[in-house]
Amino acid sequence: MAETVTINRHNYQITDAIMERQLLDWLREDLDLTGTKNGCNIGVCGACTILVDGAPRRACKLLLKDVTGKDVITIEGLTPADGSLHPVQQAFVDAGAIQCGFCTPGMVLTAYALLKKCPQPTPADIRQAIKGNLCRCTGYQQIIDAVMLAADRMTKQKR
Amino acid sequence: MKYAWRNDAFAKVTGRARYADDIKMPGLCHAVPVYADAVHARLLRIDPEAAGKSPGVLGVFTAADIPGTVKFGQIIRDCPTLAGDKIRCHGDVIALVVAETRAQAMVAGDLVKCEIEDLPALTDPEQALAPDAILIHAELGTNLVNEHSVRRGDVSAGETASEYIIAAEVTTSRIEHSYLEPEAAVALVRPDGVVEIHGSMQHPFSTRRFVASTLGLPLAQVEVTGTPMGGGFGGKDDTAALVCARAALCAWLLKRPVKITYTREWSMRESYKRHPYRMRYRMGLDAEGRIRFVYVDMLADGGAYCSVSPWVTWRSTVQCCGAYEVPNVHCDVRAVYTNNVFCGAMRGFGSPQVNFAIEQLIEIAGQKAGLDEITIRRRNMLQQDSVTVTGQQLSGHTVSLRQVMDRVLAEIDYVNKRQNCSFGDPEAEEWYGIGFAISYRGMSLGAEGTDFNSAIISIQPDGSVILETGIHENGQGSESAMILLAAEHLGIDKNRIVYRRSSTSTIPDGGTTVASRGTLMGGGAVVDACHIIQDKIGAIIRRKLAVDPAHLLFREGFIYDEASARRLCSFNEAIGWCYQMQEYPYAFGVFKAPQVSWDEHTGQGNAYFTWVYGCQAVELKVVPKTGQVVLLNMVAAHDIGNAVNPAMLSGQFYGGMAMGTGYALFEEFRHQDGKGISSNFHNYRIPRATDLPPMTAIIVENPDPLSPSGAKGIGEPTNELMAPAIANALYRATGKRYLKQPIQPDRRGAFPQRPKENLSTPELGDGSLPESDSTDRIKED
Repeated sequence: MAETVTINRHNYQITDAIMERQLLDWLREDLDLTGTKNGCNIGVCGACTILVDGAPRRACKLLLKDVTGKDVITIEGLTPADGSLHPVQQAFVDAGAIQCGFCTPGMVLTAYALLKKCPQPTPADIRQAIKGNLCRCTGYQQIIDAVMLAADRMTKQKR
Repeated sequence: MKYAWRNDAFAKVTGRARYADDIKMPGLCHAVPVYADAVHARLLRIDPEAAGKSPGVLGVFTAADIPGTVKFGQIIRDCPTLAGDKIRCHGDVIALVVAETRAQAMVAGDLVKCEIEDLPALTDPEQALAPDAILIHAELGTNLVNEHSVRRGDVSAGETASEYIIAAEVTTSRIEHSYLEPEAAVALVRPDGVVEIHGSMQHPFSTRRFVASTLGLPLAQVEVTGTPMGGGFGGKDDTAALVCARAALCAWLLKRPVKITYTREWSMRESYKRHPYRMRYRMGLDAEGRIRFVYVDMLADGGAYCSVSPWVTWRSTVQCCGAYEVPNVHCDVRAVYTNNVFCGAMRGFGSPQVNFAIEQLIEIAGQKAGLDEITIRRRNMLQQDSVTVTGQQLSGHTVSLRQVMDRVLAEIDYVNKRQNCSFGDPEAEEWYGIGFAISYRGMSLGAEGTDFNSAIISIQPDGSVILETGIHENGQGSESAMILLAAEHLGIDKNRIVYRRSSTSTIPDGGTTVASRGTLMGGGAVVDACHIIQDKIGAIIRRKLAVDPAHLLFREGFIYDEASARRLCSFNEAIGWCYQMQEYPYAFGVFKAPQVSWDEHTGQGNAYFTWVYGCQAVELKVVPKTGQVVLLNMVAAHDIGNAVNPAMLSGQFYGGMAMGTGYALFEEFRHQDGKGISSNFHNYRIPRATDLPPMTAIIVENPDPLSPSGAKGIGEPTNELMAPAIANALYRATGKRYLKQPIQPDRRGAFPQRPKENLSTPELGDGSLPESDSTDRIKED
């Protein structure tokens, strides 16, 4: 009996044989969605953050059976089909929030989920939201600037 | 708001950037390392049989399979690609298992058995120096890796001239770089016999030396190309190069492409760390509070292999007195082999340790002389034309220590806020503290080694530009800085320049991308290449237009006669003429670092050709009941010479301050009897967003005449002084000095509490000498 998981709006059949596969490994190795990074493999660093039904989750802590019937978005799924950047991504670029880039996909998705829930966060809200995403390069300062910038732009867009 | 720019931002923010572990190719197989559970042991036998029979296994390789040289190293060739007869630390790899899949290799890796005979483990550097200590590298005849010294003036005369003498022992911990991306490499043997490496490493050229030595190949037969790198911070040299060499070994033996990707646990177990130091300082001040002498003895735990310990500890000697004038100095440093995980390069490179000590000692000494923390620094700090402890006169660039310190103190409102410090006030529910630190830092390699770099600019017939340099993109944005410099000097839009990630086969060895030398050295080479292009274009324009302008101006896609401001042609037209007239608009630019000097016997010389000056300050509070430290605000100013890419420059400030915070407050690679306890991010804590306060970056620009671009370096200056700034703020919050890093305030609220009447610090002075001598001085040893 195969079940379905939706990854970036495409449906995939999950057979019993692979139900116990780690989601992170399957995304990276089988679907070549390598934007989801493996930094610690124990659910601490946040580099493998993806969205499951809109909520940030650690792909290293999930098996395929945990996401059947669910909607998964990876960093590759955030970019609109026309190749432009999502406002959160554009804000990361504009605010200088990117250095080595290894935490960036997970950080962007965490920020995206925060802004869905809380469109006008304070810097303290942002620190709380991203505290599970480690970054060794930036000291988080320009990441927080980026999320504030994205919030500002997305609020204006809605008006 | 001026938006940031970097050439790789789009690839990284969309997840399209291909890091080493993201690379896939047909026939790719996977290797894993095998460790022995030993710290110091004779390796008697390795039994690969069971692993070899495991499903999917293609090979189990040991040191006996290495066709070239087993041991390599950047300074002393003591580090085996695979441990042969002896295990010297818990991170030693004894075998590699290669299989069709990574999962199969992991299963088989556990089946490799070995027979060992344990030897006494030396995990304390003092113990390793004992005359009867067992030798970790018998062939070297000693457990001493290296020693350096600085001798200046006469320390005993300085002692006689001192009114106040302080002595202190300061210790620092072993810390882990914690780049988010663990080591990874892909190696393959091309049909032409060249071994090709794509890996996460900071130093393609040093990696090439490791690989060529392991395989016994000439350098030209190894081509190393970096991949986007998930952080390095000095940490992706030796270990990352070893991972590349091991992948290359497997690919060479199997004639198939091989990938090795480290788990975080392997990375933490094996990768080198920042050296822990034990520093014993004595410092004396005269009646006016001028430093008369510094005596210091340092001991660095180098761990099992030499790596770059001699260079790291050399910088510690050159900067042993911090940013102060000291006429009499006696400094000795020794790095020692132990059976701990080895230590090597890490952002700061021997300076964070000495700064943690000296930037607290200067305040302790000042207090003894009745001088506040600002006055004592102003009275002793290096100024224009000052002479350093190694006898180098600071001239030829702007010595801006006073400027950066004043900027930070003004920005954070230091003078007013220091009145609010708690000094462990027993009645306060919260303790407030503010503190700062200053530093100077020698730029680039200095007398460590040969220092030059190159850049290639190749302009295409349509006017678009291909640029490459001998500097490696570690994540810091070096490619973007090089593009911006080329765009500025060629007077064209940055978007017309494509940075080509160089390989070791496309550009000459320009040394490693370390020592905050990327923008300085690579940028210098880019500017030189631009000048060559300008000269070529100038000659073509003179021939084509029969004009003879004294100077050309390249601006916004056009070329002008500078004197008359007359537009001569567009950049594209000029390039078209170059091709028509058989002149390639191509240049190979070089920047050779100006001369430095060093006398190893006296510890004197012009150690670095230029220096960067910095100041960082912090406000914090401490919860007395729990010992919890809450950071409130941080400010930094550094004189960078010329800010090429301000947003990325600021990012270096913030990242350095954050890393310095971890160093100050909680980072320590814990281990027991040489075996790591810290193994992953759950038991090695690095700063999270909630650990850090808002930060302010103040960019000070005094263009450096010795740097073709005017720019100096910033990666390391930002990471060498936040820890002492925090320690100084904690002193003013709690009334207690912390000379052991990381600082772990007692969580049971057992701070020593001073009576309230003793809480105040000396009144602020302006740095000038007192008009009359104060009395009641106590000479103390």
